[in-house]
Amino acid sequence: MSALPATSTWLLIGHVADIPELEGRSVTIAGRRIAVFRLPDGWAAVDGHCPHRGGPLSDGIVAERCVTCPLHGRRFDLRTGEQAGGQDRIVVHEIREQRGKLYLRLTA
Amino acid sequence: MTVSGILVIGGGIAGQAVCEAIRARDREVPLTLVCGEPHLPYDRVRLGALLAAQGSVDALRLRPDSWYEDQRVQVSTGTRVEALNADQGSATLSDGEAVSFARVVLCTGSDPLVPPLGNSGAAGVHVFRTPEDCAAILAAASEGRQVAVIGGGLLGLEAAFALSKLGCRTTVVHLVDRLMERQLDAAAAAMLSPAIEALGVEVRLEHATAGVQIDGAGHARGLVFADGSTLDCQLVVVAVGIRPHAGLARASGLEVRRGVIVDDHLVSSHPRVLAVGECAEHRGIVHGIVAPIRDQAEIAADTLCGIRSAYQGSVPTAKLKVMGIDLVTAGTVVGEREVVVADATAGTYRKLVTAADGSVLGTVLLGDARGAELLTDAVRRTASTQDPLALLAEALAATAAELPDDARVCNCNGVCKGEIVAAIRERGLGCTQEVIAVTRAGSGCGSCKPVVSELLAIERGGAAEEPSCLCPCRRQTREEIAAIVREREITSVGELGRACGAGRDCGACKPGLSYLISERQAGRFREERHARFINDRVHANIQNDGTFSVVPRIRGGVVTPDELRRIADVAEKYELPMVKITGGQRIDLLGARKEQLPAIWEDLGMPSGYAYAKAVRTVKTCVGTDFCRFGLGDSISLGIELELAMEGLHTPHKVKSAVTGCPRNCAEAYVKDIGLVAIEGGKWEVYVGGAAGSTVRKGDLLTTVDSPQAAKRLALAYLQHYREHGEHLERTYGFQERVGLEAVRAAVLDPDQQARLIERFHIAKAACDPDPWRERFRPVHPKQFAELDSEALDLVAIAEGR
Repeated sequence: MSALPATSTWLLIGHVADIPELEGRSVTIAGRRIAVFRLPDGWAAVDGHCPHRGGPLSDGIVAERCVTCPLHGRRFDLRTGEQAGGQDRIVVHEIREQRGKLYLRLTA
Repeated sequence: MTVSGILVIGGGIAGQAVCEAIRARDREVPLTLVCGEPHLPYDRVRLGALLAAQGSVDALRLRPDSWYEDQRVQVSTGTRVEALNADQGSATLSDGEAVSFARVVLCTGSDPLVPPLGNSGAAGVHVFRTPEDCAAILAAASEGRQVAVIGGGLLGLEAAFALSKLGCRTTVVHLVDRLMERQLDAAAAAMLSPAIEALGVEVRLEHATAGVQIDGAGHARGLVFADGSTLDCQLVVVAVGIRPHAGLARASGLEVRRGVIVDDHLVSSHPRVLAVGECAEHRGIVHGIVAPIRDQAEIAADTLCGIRSAYQGSVPTAKLKVMGIDLVTAGTVVGEREVVVADATAGTYRKLVTAADGSVLGTVLLGDARGAELLTDAVRRTASTQDPLALLAEALAATAAELPDDARVCNCNGVCKGEIVAAIRERGLGCTQEVIAVTRAGSGCGSCKPVVSELLAIERGGAAEEPSCLCPCRRQTREEIAAIVREREITSVGELGRACGAGRDCGACKPGLSYLISERQAGRFREERHARFINDRVHANIQNDGTFSVVPRIRGGVVTPDELRRIADVAEKYELPMVKITGGQRIDLLGARKEQLPAIWEDLGMPSGYAYAKAVRTVKTCVGTDFCRFGLGDSISLGIELELAMEGLHTPHKVKSAVTGCPRNCAEAYVKDIGLVAIEGGKWEVYVGGAAGSTVRKGDLLTTVDSPQAAKRLALAYLQHYREHGEHLERTYGFQERVGLEAVRAAVLDPDQQARLIERFHIAKAACDPDPWRERFRPVHPKQFAELDSEALDLVAIAEGR
């Protein structure tokens, strides 16, 4: 991969079967670590590093709409990116499923 | 901040009690609590326990953070109120913020009284009021230190005992001719002194301290008394009494004598301002103990919520919370008619004081406090008796069953027997901890916990207690969830979530739910990896950089040269940045990436050491009789056997074990969750509940047995008992403290119960996976160890909208 993908571009990042339900996996796009989650009612994608100490959010415990960082327990809403009980925020990216494949569009 | 609400100034027991009493009446009124100390409200009464246990103030917290959020109490800590304008209804805080209020409650408590002593400001002289004081005293209280505690009242005696327990040579210095003169009559006090000296604390009565002697560096080195005598000591703790903290009230123009003057509605001289607790003076009395504060808080909340009631004063009660001395007093201890049953040899003294007409006015129970709740209740109700001696005798035989429903069991929180029993019945409570959490009875000084447990046992028909835990989002106790699991035969976390919602909101409790279901359903449990912490999904311990550590099973710390070679080869092949010998006699390979794990396990050819899980970790051993000159028992064989028996089992929290071949304790068995120690004559001691982490605790000696097989059997029975009754994330040391050694002995040593525990242990063992690293052959998901881009992924850009 040579050029940075434009933020308006949808990227194929994997397949539905790559992620078990209520778990996360990560993918690096243009040097940026993204955490992708399979929720009961769809998909979510956020920046992969916890703003606290950089913990890998894709390894966190996932509930119906939030993830808890595995290192020190910061919790984030996967729809809004807001931290539960705190001021931190993670960037939320667009993700969609089409014919068994997952596509992601980065938020700037 | 608030414009129409209630401002509570002071985050002590009184401030907390007022907030709780208000919320019990009105869930809407805006409520602000300003705490001067940098902590949320904690239980100051148990500061002596904090000193003795060298614990953290968090252990004394009255309510968790979430309580304030849930109850919508706006709370700020480390903030003082600098000025109060009652007419305008405004207060200025130390951070400069202004708060307006409709009503304000002063709960400013008291300051420790320091008598005018020479050099009272010297280094090594401390008061005993806050956790910070406690920490300073602890830092100075090393073993063998000579300590003087000035003040022979409740607080002074409790501090003295805590210091003595820490190994300090402790002397209590008291001004008058008897201890606890405010609570005890002369005869009881005369028996208390020798009882206290028998516990290793020296008592010096009628000693007026004139000053502190200092060394060249300005540090205390002794006390000098008014009669010219001296006492060598390097640490001085001053606990002579309190002075109501009424400065703010005084500066605001309120009427203050010793404390803030309040009427029967707890209202001060300004109608907007109330005062509760140690800062308040009602009918000339300032109360310095908890029970009256609770009474006042209830009346104050009535007043604030427009409910008509009146405070008529409180019956003073006191309990000395010192291990080995039972002392309870209530009401007035001298009076017109007194009956006393005393046995100087046994050190018991039981007294009942009545008026001429037979009204019960007071009681003193020393050395034998049986029936204390019944007698205290008689004092509080001013019950009438024509035969005080018979009442004393009756109390001896009284159990909690005989208490009237309105008898107050918990003096700290003012909880009656009837409320406790009702809570147990209506909410189906199963363990003392739950009853305490729901009713607050026993959450203060803790001295009524045995009665709470007794009431529970009566309600449960003597059945063993069951543990509990909450799904905090859905507010479900462990007991409730366990019932759902049982009744609906639930076998997975997902199924449970669909049944009752537990674990679906924040997910934090999912590992706990996994454990609960696996423990209850054993072989029928269906593992769901989303309900596990990442460590248990990939069977390795996540590190701060997102890599993992790998610890193979090395039973008993015994390893072969070939295994060591393979470990070395793995470290080189995968370029692992560190190889570390662990404290548990194992080897830790650090810095592995998730994707590398299956290959590393394959190359190691050793089973998982479970170093990442809430599970049985390892059994440390010393070389025992194989090589050691001193070994009394074959610790290596027993250790390996024990590890083989226990490995693979998940537990409420991690379990570390050790087997050591003699009391020199090279394997550190005294400070393990389960520790076996060989002693003379082929016998083995079984220790449980030890810890050497953030808490350091020597294990409780469960019992001594005659053979290694008996020791192993007991270890397994204890492990199973803890598996069934420990709270999720409760280590054995906390479990031991919570349920008590006697309860554990009753469960584990009884031959029938022990046999059943061992049977259930075997069922659990059969269902567990001794080596999850075999998932390298059979992953639970094709991408169990992979990220989306672990294999070279072609990022295909496609046009938007396609």
